Amino acid sequence: MKTLKEIQNEKVEEFAMFDDWLDKYSYLIELGNTLPPFPESLKTDDRLIKGCQSRVWLDARMEDGSLVFSADSDALITKGIIALLVSVYSGRRPEEIASDDFSFIERLGLRENLSPTRANGLVSMIETIRRMAENNCAK
Amino acid sequence: MDLEKFRSQFPQLSRTVYGKPLVYLDNAATALRPQSVIDKWAESASMNTANIHRAVHYVASVATEEYENARKAVASYIGASSPSEIVFTSGATASLNLVASSYGSAFIGKGDEIIIAESEHHSDIVPWQMLCERTGASIKVWKVSDDGHLDLAQLESLLSPSSKICCVAHISNVLGLVNPVDDIVNICHSKGCLVLVDGAQGIVHTRPDVSKTGCDFYVFSGHKAFASPGTGILYARKELLDSMPPFMGGGEMINTVRWSGSTYAEAPMKFEAGTQNFTGVATLVPALSVLQSSMEEDLAANTDKVCGYVLDALSSDRRIHLYGLPGDGFVKIPLFSFSVEHCHHEDLALILDKMGIAVRSGQMCAEPLMDRFGVTGMLRASFAPYNTLSEAEYFVRSLDRAISMLA
Repeated sequence: MKTLKEIQNEKVEEFAMFDDWLDKYSYLIELGNTLPPFPESLKTDDRLIKGCQSRVWLDARMEDGSLVFSADSDALITKGIIALLVSVYSGRRPEEIASDDFSFIERLGLRENLSPTRANGLVSMIETIRRMAENNCAK
Repeated sequence: MDLEKFRSQFPQLSRTVYGKPLVYLDNAATALRPQSVIDKWAESASMNTANIHRAVHYVASVATEEYENARKAVASYIGASSPSEIVFTSGATASLNLVASSYGSAFIGKGDEIIIAESEHHSDIVPWQMLCERTGASIKVWKVSDDGHLDLAQLESLLSPSSKICCVAHISNVLGLVNPVDDIVNICHSKGCLVLVDGAQGIVHTRPDVSKTGCDFYVFSGHKAFASPGTGILYARKELLDSMPPFMGGGEMINTVRWSGSTYAEAPMKFEAGTQNFTGVATLVPALSVLQSSMEEDLAANTDKVCGYVLDALSSDRRIHLYGLPGDGFVKIPLFSFSVEHCHHEDLALILDKMGIAVRSGQMCAEPLMDRFGVTGMLRASFAPYNTLSEAEYFVRSLDRAISMLA
């Protein structure tokens, strides 16, 4: 199994292949479409990530010692961003996620290319993933 | 003045974003600054800094004069009968809070009613809700039609002997329609109800005349009208200002201060506690002059052309739902809020941003209106007199491209 860093490096390289931001957005939109359907019953307020202009739901469950994420959003680019995060962090042990520095986000160049309101949304997504991981770490 | 010459006054129009020319269509949020405003700010900051009204020294008198000249300029621009009817605040929001807090707590009490148009900005809703919580007064909502129109007959049916004040925008920041404020004032006054007009957008697209309209309060922000941010205006009829208690206590708003109690200065000083934004306020003079020139013939013709083109393009596109339609006497200004079938407003704004186009997405500080139209948000393109027809065409083409990306 690849390490978290290896997967992150892959994602950064993949994302860097697109010179144009519109192509990056198209890539994110496609990525968002690969997310499995998110049950309507899980679209509850406690799964809603605060601080995003669009609505983003994130759910986490433990399976064989790993944290499995599923997510959805009513906006396609945001859905792509959460899909990217899910593809990196889903299926990893919570300890591994909690100890990650999330610096690959900077390397993707996403944060500085989103306006502050959207960057806040990204920060909220990362914080939610980190908190979910911490809550599931072995005590 | 021709359009190119007018545009050349705004340095930011020549900047690029992501390597593309900036097409700034978020003017309803804030307008760009003309060079004369930037120069005035720099001159005041670099040469005329001294606290106003207090000291006897030379620079203080220059700074005070600049500040008071701005008050005269605003009074004359909006047709107030005297500069003492103009109170400077930090923005339209502060002006609205001042009225709700000062006038509201003195003259609106339990059982009284406040009529608020459904299309109002949060700044013209929340201060009144806070007043209602404190006093037991209540709010009656003046609904808009599907086209975004306010019906005068409905206003008449809402008015009762308990109606104390009616709060309505001159032009809604979402719908972009000019409301019939003259008629609203006539109807309300005939029932003894005051009228507050939120002119945040109205000051930009029309030339208000408060003495002709007869409204009791008119508020706006400087920053949407080419002036410095942090400047706001409250116009109120003199006898109202005289009857209203101070909003904030502090320096310069007093007559005498004793431990046994204080007495207050006359209006407008009574409402200007603490050091005011004198550097910003000075920029209102050049800003109003640019604003006035923006409504002259050539530029007005361009604005009409841009408005007509965008209105046609958006309303003829079946994928697009435009909110705030002209007709029945409602004139549309070049401010377009809309939603697009199967497309999230945030996605569209993000994609347009990367095409160099600045638009607004979201609730536009009008959540009740979003609920009214059953949407989580809208996309808004708001044009200023410096926006060209070719920018409008680029916007329409880019929007089409963005929609196809999301299809």
